[in-house]
Amino acid sequence: MNSITSAIRRVVSPLRCNTDQVLRGCQFRSLSFAAQAAEEKSIEETTPNPAVKMNLFTAVNSALQVALATDDSAVVFGEDVAFGGVFRCSSDLQAQFGSERIFNTPLCEQGIVGFGIGLAASGTTAIAEIQFADYIYPAFDQLVNEAAKYRYRSGGMFNCGGLTVRTPCGAVGHGGHYHSQSPEAYFCHTPGLRVVTCRDPFTAKGLLLASIREEDPVIFLEPKVLYRASTGMVPEGDYEIDLGKAEVVRKGRDVTMVGWGAQIRVLLEVAEQVEKELQVSCEVVDLQSLLPWDVDTVSKSVQKTGRLLIAHEAPVTSGLGSEISAAVQENCFLSLKAPIQRIAGYDLPFPFIHEKNYLPGKQRCTEGVLKAIDY
Amino acid sequence: MLRSTRHITRHAARALVTIRYPGAATAPYTSSLNLEHAEAVPPMSCFRIMNERGKLLPGAVDYGAEVVGKEKAVDLFKCMLRLNEMDVTLLQAQRQGRIAFYMSTFGEEAAVIGSAAALRDDDTIFAQYREHGVLLYRGMNYDFFCNQCCGNVLDSAKGRQMPMHFGSNEKHFHTISSPLATQIPHAVGAAYSLKMQGSKQAVAVFFGEGAASEGDFAAAINMAAVMDLGVLFLCRNNGYAISTRSTEQYRGDGIARRAVGYGVAALRVDGNDIWATMRAVEEARKFSKENDKPALLELMTYRTSHHSTSDDSARYRSEDEMSMYAQSASPIDRLRKYLVARQWWDVGEEEEFRNEQRQQVINALTKAETAPKPGVDTMFDDVYACKPAHLVAQEKEVTERLRK
Ligand SMILES: Cc1ncc(C[n+]2csc(CCOP(=O)(O)OP(=O)(O)O)c2C)c(N)n1
Ligand SMILES: [Mg+2]
Repeated sequence: MNSITSAIRRVVSPLRCNTDQVLRGCQFRSLSFAAQAAEEKSIEETTPNPAVKMNLFTAVNSALQVALATDDSAVVFGEDVAFGGVFRCSSDLQAQFGSERIFNTPLCEQGIVGFGIGLAASGTTAIAEIQFADYIYPAFDQLVNEAAKYRYRSGGMFNCGGLTVRTPCGAVGHGGHYHSQSPEAYFCHTPGLRVVTCRDPFTAKGLLLASIREEDPVIFLEPKVLYRASTGMVPEGDYEIDLGKAEVVRKGRDVTMVGWGAQIRVLLEVAEQVEKELQVSCEVVDLQSLLPWDVDTVSKSVQKTGRLLIAHEAPVTSGLGSEISAAVQENCFLSLKAPIQRIAGYDLPFPFIHEKNYLPGKQRCTEGVLKAIDY
Repeated sequence: MLRSTRHITRHAARALVTIRYPGAATAPYTSSLNLEHAEAVPPMSCFRIMNERGKLLPGAVDYGAEVVGKEKAVDLFKCMLRLNEMDVTLLQAQRQGRIAFYMSTFGEEAAVIGSAAALRDDDTIFAQYREHGVLLYRGMNYDFFCNQCCGNVLDSAKGRQMPMHFGSNEKHFHTISSPLATQIPHAVGAAYSLKMQGSKQAVAVFFGEGAASEGDFAAAINMAAVMDLGVLFLCRNNGYAISTRSTEQYRGDGIARRAVGYGVAALRVDGNDIWATMRAVEEARKFSKENDKPALLELMTYRTSHHSTSDDSARYRSEDEMSMYAQSASPIDRLRKYLVARQWWDVGEEEEFRNEQRQQVINALTKAETAPKPGVDTMFDDVYACKPAHLVAQEKEVTERLRK
């Protein structure tokens, strides 16, 4: 073990970063998309934590590498992770860090999460993969009754904060009922859990690293449609993005649009289009952390714009949009100029053939903006 | 207070007896401390009738000749070929982007077709996803499979699910669900229901050796044992669960031995030997129906194909391994050798038969592709028995948007 870890340290030490580099990463994060593109080059040239082009699955892989290299106790496990995982997120990790730290488990989600809780409660950093979010439910009891309550029920004597459960979620075009779900709302109803997601490679790496190091158990949802489709510049080394904070990814005056994960792409496109065609200015907020979520950033934006649209892929009824809507109504009642628009999946099992009609796509979100404006 | 004191005195007056712990009432006592080692138990044998060359094992009953007979044997062989041709053709169709996804049965044709043939056609089936051969055996035509894969109006499940999620009420085959092992306890419940109804139908449930690691498997087999239900557990042990080898899945002697621990009769079978599979399923079915007891068969086989069209198995297993099994383990080759040795099958006919079948699959696929998709309004059907008001409103929203 010792020789393995020291060998690993030797291999990965160039990846280690100082605080300054981490800070650069954080500055990098707060840039808008357009500004980000403009600054990519200069950051690449000046930073000692150079950014390279990655897609989302390589960014996740890079985050796992950094987590493993900076924390000797970290382990990565789940179904088929040893050969790289069905989405290639754990590629090459076993070769680098050995089979004691990167390993397959038997096919059993309740076992994977329960095992992860035990690891974490005993001082190991546990990074579990559930192959698809649609298959997380056998572990529901372990997550909701065990992981979420481990600290509270022991009066703070025990905790499993070292547990992170990564899982691919969301629509992909042909996933049907069981390869498309976005189960965030079930877990956002569970005090004690943190739920985090990401919109692109940069946020994937920074938020995943923060989740792994967070002192609470985290469910980290990775929008699988972005694994290959989303590319961007990502620092090769270590950086984190704060949990619990939303990010304003586009500034605007007339309507606040809140979303997360792959939905951000849709919202940004809608914002561009309504700006160009209708001179409506939309502010787009990426929630990033879904539990706890950043009420302040959202409320501040709505107090400015007076209008709110929330969009998510999961079914509308009792979706996270309902919670956001209620909280904003409490905080911004006098600022609201129109009813809050929830544009979400319909109340159906995720369909196969009619995925396009089910999802909160561009057309539906644009309708929502117009409804808020024309109210 | 008074009563409980009297209770104790009454018992104290009795002579001491050797107690039997309720949790293991038949266990004898011993003073020798013996940790029972799993490795000390010899592996359960694997029942086969014919070897890789299609030759009978010494002492084996010639099931093919004595029980099945020429005509049915040839039909079974053709059914395996048809399954194989359908798999080849639809796999190619997926690569060409004509269907979204596919999973083939390569290497496991005997386990699936043999099981189907030994069951009654109206026995209820709960399947995992690699057992569409059961439906083919029960008479479903290529149109049925292609319509489901295309999710068109002719798909009996209305285009709701990914390809491979077949189901047929008419054929007593419950609709496939992707989450693994969930169907196993369903089969146990169905067996209880059928028993209450006095039905003659049996219930059989298919699952992989990987799925057997799920909690639902443990729950189901224990319930079947405790409730005396004649469920047939049919485990296809094909050596892999996607990239995970069975050696990483369990340390015990496979799935069959596990069943014995639950108090369930079990047998390991060479699942690439169609006669062994049929004979074993037939026996197990008879045993479980007559005794109201579950039985588990572990059908040993090898997944020659990639896991699915999303998988590339060269990443986790060697060329050598794959070609060795493809060469020596093929259940189709084995049955062909048996048939040819008896001059029941003319290999010259085979290519023509295969071509014919392939053409039929292509025709069915072309038809299925051009058939319209279910209307968007159907998306809101069947969520509930009766559509509640909020779904009526959502349906209206969608249909009006599409009309614009
Ligand atoms: C609950 C659940 N977890 C994970 C998966 C993803 N998955 C689909 S098939 C499969 C492997 C199953 O292996 P096995 O049961 O041996 O069947 P085989 O594919 O070998 O026929 C996995 C992990 C799933 N469908 N459901
Ligand atoms: Mg298997």
